Amino acid sequence: MSTLSRDEVARVAGLARIDLTPAELDRLAGELDVIVESVARVSEIATPDVPATSHPLPLTNVFRADVPEPPVDRDAVLAAAPAAQDGKFLVPQILGEDA
Amino acid sequence: MSADLTRISAAALADKLQAGEVSSVEATRAHLDRIAAVEPAVHAFLHVSDEDALATAADVDARRAHGEQLHPLAGVPIAVKDVVVTKGVPTTAGSKILEGWVPPYDATLVERIKAAGLPILGKTNMDEFAMGSSTEHSAYGNTHNPWDLDRIPGGSGGGSAAAVGAYEAPLAIGTDTGGSIRQPAAVTGTVGVKPTYGSVSRYGLIALASSLDQAGPVTRTVLDSALLHELIGGHDPRDSTSIAEPLPDLVGAARLGALGDLSGVRVGVITELQGEGYQAGVLARFHESLELLQRAGAEVVEVSCPHFTYALAAYYLILPAEASSNLAKFDGMRFGLRVEPSEGPVTAERVMAATRGQGFGDEVKRRIILGTYALSAGYYDAYYGSAQKVRTLIQRDFAAAFAQADVLVSPTAPTTAFKLGEKLDDPLAMYLNDVATIPANLAGVPGLSLPAGLSDDGLPVGFQVLAPAKADDRLYRVGAALEALLENEWGGPLLAKAPELEVAR
Amino acid sequence: MSHAVVDLVDYDDAIARFDPVIGIEVHVELGTRTKMFDAAPAGFGEEPNTSVTPVSLGLPGSLPVVNGTAVEYAIRIGLALNCSIAQTCRFARKNYFYPDVPKNFQTSQYDEPIAYDGHVDVELEDGTVFRVEVERAHMEEDAGKNTHVGGSTGRIHGAEYSLVDYNRAGIPLVEIVTRPITGAGERAPEVARAYVQTLRDLFRALEVSEARMERGNVRADVNVSLRPTPQSPLGTRTETKNVNSFRSVERAVRHEISRQAAVLDAGGAVVQETRHWHEDTGTTTSGRVKSDAEDYRYFPEPDLVPIAPDRAWVEEIRAALPELPAARRRRLQGEWGFADAEMRDVVNAGAIELIEATVAAGAAPAAARKWWMGELARTAKEREVELAELPITPTQIGALQALVDAGRINDKLARQVLEGVLAGEGDPEQVVVARGLEVVSDDGPLLEAIDAALAAQPDIAEKIRSGNLGPVGAIIGAVMKATRGQADAGRVRELVLERVSS
Repeated sequence: MSTLSRDEVARVAGLARIDLTPAELDRLAGELDVIVESVARVSEIATPDVPATSHPLPLTNVFRADVPEPPVDRDAVLAAAPAAQDGKFLVPQILGEDA
Repeated sequence: MSADLTRISAAALADKLQAGEVSSVEATRAHLDRIAAVEPAVHAFLHVSDEDALATAADVDARRAHGEQLHPLAGVPIAVKDVVVTKGVPTTAGSKILEGWVPPYDATLVERIKAAGLPILGKTNMDEFAMGSSTEHSAYGNTHNPWDLDRIPGGSGGGSAAAVGAYEAPLAIGTDTGGSIRQPAAVTGTVGVKPTYGSVSRYGLIALASSLDQAGPVTRTVLDSALLHELIGGHDPRDSTSIAEPLPDLVGAARLGALGDLSGVRVGVITELQGEGYQAGVLARFHESLELLQRAGAEVVEVSCPHFTYALAAYYLILPAEASSNLAKFDGMRFGLRVEPSEGPVTAERVMAATRGQGFGDEVKRRIILGTYALSAGYYDAYYGSAQKVRTLIQRDFAAAFAQADVLVSPTAPTTAFKLGEKLDDPLAMYLNDVATIPANLAGVPGLSLPAGLSDDGLPVGFQVLAPAKADDRLYRVGAALEALLENEWGGPLLAKAPELEVAR
Repeated sequence: MSHAVVDLVDYDDAIARFDPVIGIEVHVELGTRTKMFDAAPAGFGEEPNTSVTPVSLGLPGSLPVVNGTAVEYAIRIGLALNCSIAQTCRFARKNYFYPDVPKNFQTSQYDEPIAYDGHVDVELEDGTVFRVEVERAHMEEDAGKNTHVGGSTGRIHGAEYSLVDYNRAGIPLVEIVTRPITGAGERAPEVARAYVQTLRDLFRALEVSEARMERGNVRADVNVSLRPTPQSPLGTRTETKNVNSFRSVERAVRHEISRQAAVLDAGGAVVQETRHWHEDTGTTTSGRVKSDAEDYRYFPEPDLVPIAPDRAWVEEIRAALPELPAARRRRLQGEWGFADAEMRDVVNAGAIELIEATVAAGAAPAAARKWWMGELARTAKEREVELAELPITPTQIGALQALVDAGRINDKLARQVLEGVLAGEGDPEQVVVARGLEVVSDDGPLLEAIDAALAAQPDIAEKIRSGNLGPVGAIIGAVMKATRGQADAGRVRELVLERVSS
């Protein structure tokens, strides 16, 4: 089982959109390496014949009727937003967006 | 008078309210006074809603005066863990990233609490996003164990357990993803129940791990837990994983159990959840409780759940994986904290990363990165996929064990409350606190923890009862029976042995 | 974004040297009343952020619940595309950070689509039928909309910023993915267009979506690759995103074939990437480069439970499927008595619904066809719009034809009335009155005009009187001219004959 290098932690932190300081990277790399090594033992008993369980209870077909509900109060939502303008959420420039 | 109102159980307080002996305003004010007095030492609350609570209490008193038919718990105050969204009341989940966020809606369980007329005293402290077993990962300071202020109150719901244990509230709401209700109950000498997955709506719980999270009662007695469970539980169409069936008769089961007769009940002791790693005093109290159960007519059998030894590993893959996705929404775009990068261009992408870098604490970052890694291309099968298979094996272990026993039992936590700071720098040691509680979350089965006495160090020990899915009533029957037998031995509740807190005046 | 001039190979040359393979992903917004996973109203053109609930905004604590009607619509689409309907299927989370995705993951069916392994027969303009294999149709949710605000007015360090509206976030989508479409050769662009058009017609017939292209109800992503021969392995493909009209689908495929041929001819390699379509220039430009770094960390959505469509329910939906467009065309052709070529023209002109509605408004099928495929088709062409976009309704055409049938106007006048309706002067009746275009049915003014014409052309009058009816047309023509066409020619003829014999 591969262990978690500092570079790998940096890559994954990028995927998870979390800025880490160099000191955090050092520490996390060490801690996560130990944790990953420990949890990796799940593969010891996860043989191909064992089905995966993603839900604790086997429910199916839970549907909602197509009936509208009143929307949430926009003013309250925008008041709780970091920035808003013209009834919309104001966010910093989005890279890679079509101008 | 006022002190009495905070010391009695919710059921007893409800009786007094119904009998007109006390008003809800009196009861609520008594608890608010107690909060004001002990909070400087305990710090169980992140937010206290004095005015709202008193307004609700006054409303309930007025409705009762008009002869309105009210919910049995109407007027009994309650505290709510800060991971549950409350309309108009700040909700942070213990995280800096949500500092000052005021939700525009109520969780389903909060709607039910409000509809029943329970004054909400405030929001309780917790490990950030419920990640932790000591409440030390809160961004808003430690909560202290009322038994020893230098010790942890457990986690993640240390605030709710400490609030109930310190008589700041008779009832509290907790959430349990791997033990966050039961382990704090164990180390604070209180009662906590993780219902069957789907028994209580998750709508409005800030999700940690969707397939594991479950809200439940935090109280001082088993009956109080049953009363609160019946209030907040039952089907909710807003939660796709909610069970569309009526709850079993939980209160009835608790009252039946309190009679102390367990004839014909088969109690299974889980081999794998004792022995190495368990404190001697914890095991001693556990075995004494087993003897009491036997004396009450229960048949005690030993059952083996061989895959439980893999539960912790599976849990620390499934939880981080789901959490990494659930917590993606905390990005500084729509609500909560927004942090701009200290240098370079201010783009949405960089603001998200800066916000999450500064807004999340160490444990949250650790688990998000672990979960992101476990789901990422090339690792999914080995980690997340394998963990889901372990989950199947653990469910099979439970199925086999429940074929031999009506309930399963174990110590709730391997140790009593440890000192604040003791395990903060050792994540794996911290994770081991939940070794006995995690299997229930993986399988979705219900679990209860009640006080089993004091360990050699004078600190409370928890006794865990587990039942098959949807058979939560068995928890209450066996739990109430053991509670009655133990209190008979002790001559009163265990909490009566807790040292009196220095009360601020 | 660079808009550098790219080399293009002439289309015919490109086709002569390469075999194109295309693949099309069509997204259709379902016309349900509420969103895919929450009960927010799924409105169009609402005020920003007013069709939202905590779920559509991804607020902490909110949870999704599947819209049962959306599932039914997806099954309807799957059945109409001759797909198998999954015994059980799940939603997954596709994790990526983007401000218009409120949860920073999209809930989508990943490896477990609700419908799979189907096909659709696409009829090309000349009547050729081309079968397109459908790999899958799966359910997912739409994203919100970003509005880019540029320049120095921005509030964040005076920089540019975006405004986000989440009304569209969570609208149910069904994505239909084809298998690689091979064997179309030079007709690949036409096949692509016809396929998208066929799907659009299907969505409307199934009543699962208004399927209005101009509103973005239907959006197509077009994959194109080239290979030296039909026997060669598939080449590297590009994916041109959000091509949102039938014509653009055809143009985009054509453009990519020419562009990729140029790249390959120059000894280069086609880059696997997404490309942006530019309607104005008819070209594509490079977007994101697809790479392994794109790691969506899919996993089964734990907040939703699996969908296992009951077989009886599926059969119920199948039995209730409406008549599909191809069958409907065959039925209408029979009812209307149109020849194959006539019907094909009608289909290609997008005039079926218009003619059907006109017939329903009382016009004979032939007359309805004559209007829509004649005068109106010419007008649409002049104005460069679709027939349906002309400012005239089938009801108005029905009324116009009724005036003709009643003899109140003649064909020539009818064209003037049509002109008036198109000019926004009102319904045919109003135009007739306002412009004074009614046929002169009072014999008095006609007789005056006839007398004047006979008097003006005495030699012709004499011929007619002597029984030679040949030149009678000259008199009729003169009368029509004098009455500015408002006379009924048949009546004029009768009156002329009466006049000369009296």
